[in-house]
Amino acid sequence: MSVALTQPVNFYQANKGLFSWIFSTDHKRIGLLYFYAIISFFLVAMMLGFLMRLELISPGETIMGAKTYNQIFTLHGVIMIFLFLIPSVPAFFGNFFLPIMIGTDDVAFPKVNLLSWWLYVLGGIFALLTLVVGNGPADTGWTFYAPYSVKTGTNVTLAVLAAFILGFSSILTGLNFIVTIHRLRAPKMGWFKMPLFAWALYATAWIQLLATPIIGITLLMIVAERVFGLGLFDPALGGDPILYQHLFWIYSHPAVYIMVLPAMGLISEMIPTFAKRTIFGYKAIAFSSLAIAFIGYFVWGHHMFTSGMSGPARVIFSVLTFLVAVPSAIKVFNWVATLYKGSIDVKTPLLFSLAFIFQFLVGGLTGLVIGALATDIHLHDTYFVVGHFHYVMFGGAGFAFFGALHYWFPKIWGKMYHEKTAKVAFTFMFIGFNLLYFPMLVLGIMGMPRRYYDYLEEFTTLNVISTVGSWILITGIILMIINLIQSKRTGGETTRNPWGGTTLEWQTPSPPPLHNFDAVPVVPEGNPYDHKQNKSI
Amino acid sequence: MSNFVLVNSGHNRDDEASKFGMWLFLFTELLLFGGLFLVYTIYRYLNSETFLYSSYELNVLLGTVNTIVLLTSSLTVALSITALQKGNIRLSLWLITATILFALTFLVIKYFEWSAKFEHGLFPGMDHYIQMLPGEKMFFFLYFFMTGLHGLHVIIGGVLLGYIMWEIKKKKVTPDNNIFLENGGLYWHLVDIIWIFLFPLFYLIH
Repeated sequence: MSVALTQPVNFYQANKGLFSWIFSTDHKRIGLLYFYAIISFFLVAMMLGFLMRLELISPGETIMGAKTYNQIFTLHGVIMIFLFLIPSVPAFFGNFFLPIMIGTDDVAFPKVNLLSWWLYVLGGIFALLTLVVGNGPADTGWTFYAPYSVKTGTNVTLAVLAAFILGFSSILTGLNFIVTIHRLRAPKMGWFKMPLFAWALYATAWIQLLATPIIGITLLMIVAERVFGLGLFDPALGGDPILYQHLFWIYSHPAVYIMVLPAMGLISEMIPTFAKRTIFGYKAIAFSSLAIAFIGYFVWGHHMFTSGMSGPARVIFSVLTFLVAVPSAIKVFNWVATLYKGSIDVKTPLLFSLAFIFQFLVGGLTGLVIGALATDIHLHDTYFVVGHFHYVMFGGAGFAFFGALHYWFPKIWGKMYHEKTAKVAFTFMFIGFNLLYFPMLVLGIMGMPRRYYDYLEEFTTLNVISTVGSWILITGIILMIINLIQSKRTGGETTRNPWGGTTLEWQTPSPPPLHNFDAVPVVPEGNPYDHKQNKSI
Repeated sequence: MSNFVLVNSGHNRDDEASKFGMWLFLFTELLLFGGLFLVYTIYRYLNSETFLYSSYELNVLLGTVNTIVLLTSSLTVALSITALQKGNIRLSLWLITATILFALTFLVIKYFEWSAKFEHGLFPGMDHYIQMLPGEKMFFFLYFFMTGLHGLHVIIGGVLLGYIMWEIKKKKVTPDNNIFLENGGLYWHLVDIIWIFLFPLFYLIH
């Protein structure tokens, strides 16, 4: 901040009107378009989750029957996965911040970027249409397992087409980011001077690019099956349902890394900023992102240990699953080591990051429990699995998303959020989250199956705790959203660099001007998180 | 101040980036077909005999002609790129026209092949199809699905090349700025290479 510059016109003021948004090729506007769509879908799916928990507050039919429950958890899964988790971090934070953080003014293909947002909207419309046309939303679960998905009378075709279109949107985002990172880095920014968020997005983009086509073609096969009914995956007609599961998980396991890797990148940004300390093991974190993306391709079989697979195949998939835990653990150790002896500034984004580390640990370690062959036989398809992936996906990716929303709030909207309310909201979310999902792990070990609208009497207490947890969590989320909306209108003024961050986005005004910078950004010498150097700027 | 623009702007012309993006897109196309090749491999393994005698239904002569047509079209599109780079716009346009004509030839031959199968009732859901063995059904389903998806790519590639011709005529694609044609050519080669795998898998393997 050595040079004081007059505040230039920011990107909100540069153009006006609805069309200047929905046909904008500015990466910041597209990022925000994604954000408003993503958060709306999140709230819809959150309410579906709320209804599911309400149904499970007592045994037997409480507010809905089995079929409705099946449809609700399917739609909850489809929306949360394809419309919230997969696009959340890359398409919003990635679009908004990747070009700024690597010191350029847009992605490599701005028009393709706009196209991918429109595809996202189209896919979202298809997903919502399943609610109103035909026999209601699909009741197959988000996995669309054949042969049931071919036989059910519900709107599987529409839901599958929605997932296909959303996949195309995700591919284009990934393609754009890879080329952007290769071609548009600021002149002095070498690969190892990039922020770790950019590394995480880079690894993610390759997964988006190389895994998504497989689900695309698989889903098209489901559509063809439903139209022509020839039994490609129906054992009665010579087909192989296991083959469908393989094809599905070849994409869908790497897809969980699409959801969590960029979130890890966010944590790697927030921790050094609030610990006021250079990140520990920069290269280890960067390479572990690539390692997770790479090994993540070869572990899909662990979803199918009980579906019928040869012994050696199971052992190989199990070993690879344990292997993928290593780079994840490297990251966790590095984050903790960064905090060690740092001058920690406890702000809301840091609280979310710490919650991420804790919840990701629970989620990751329970993942190893079901990645081990013997224990998986007991736990497969139980509530334990539901607890596990909510710990990773929501406790991990979701909390990182909300943490980063606070972290970059002043940069995006140019106002500071109300810190105290944010901390209260965080406390509600943290307590509610753990009350909601921890009992699921216990219930699963006790033998409660997943995807049932009903359960045995002895599971009642823990289910009640879990449902109460969902209320606390939702209270926290609503409080957080109200706080952020209020802050956008009445929040305090902010500077270019309210947190003392070292990456390039803090060198530009908040909110940034149309072309991101008002002067050539200064790429730090050496490590991008060097806090000693930052004092002199 | 508000007009400050960086040197490494995303709005600059960057042919290298365009070509890189195209290659990445081609990877996704290959993987899209890769899923189908995987399904083909598994079911060929499970039903090797039925797949073999089902393949006798296909017309090897027409398949061979189509292979030659498509290979030649790859040559003409490659020549058209070189012609444009060397500044011979007229020749380039002629060569693209030839490519599109080859594409049409391919589609017409494909149309006759498919019609013959329709007459024999081999399309999924038709009378004869329903009575066939599971392995035969798989074969013809995969035949129609894979060659159909490939045919769709031929149509897209042809339309793309036609659009590029229009751009050349409007002087938007020029000898100095020919990356659009080069990317169109890359796409056309993809259409070609997928057929090179489809042809032996369905018509030739014993």
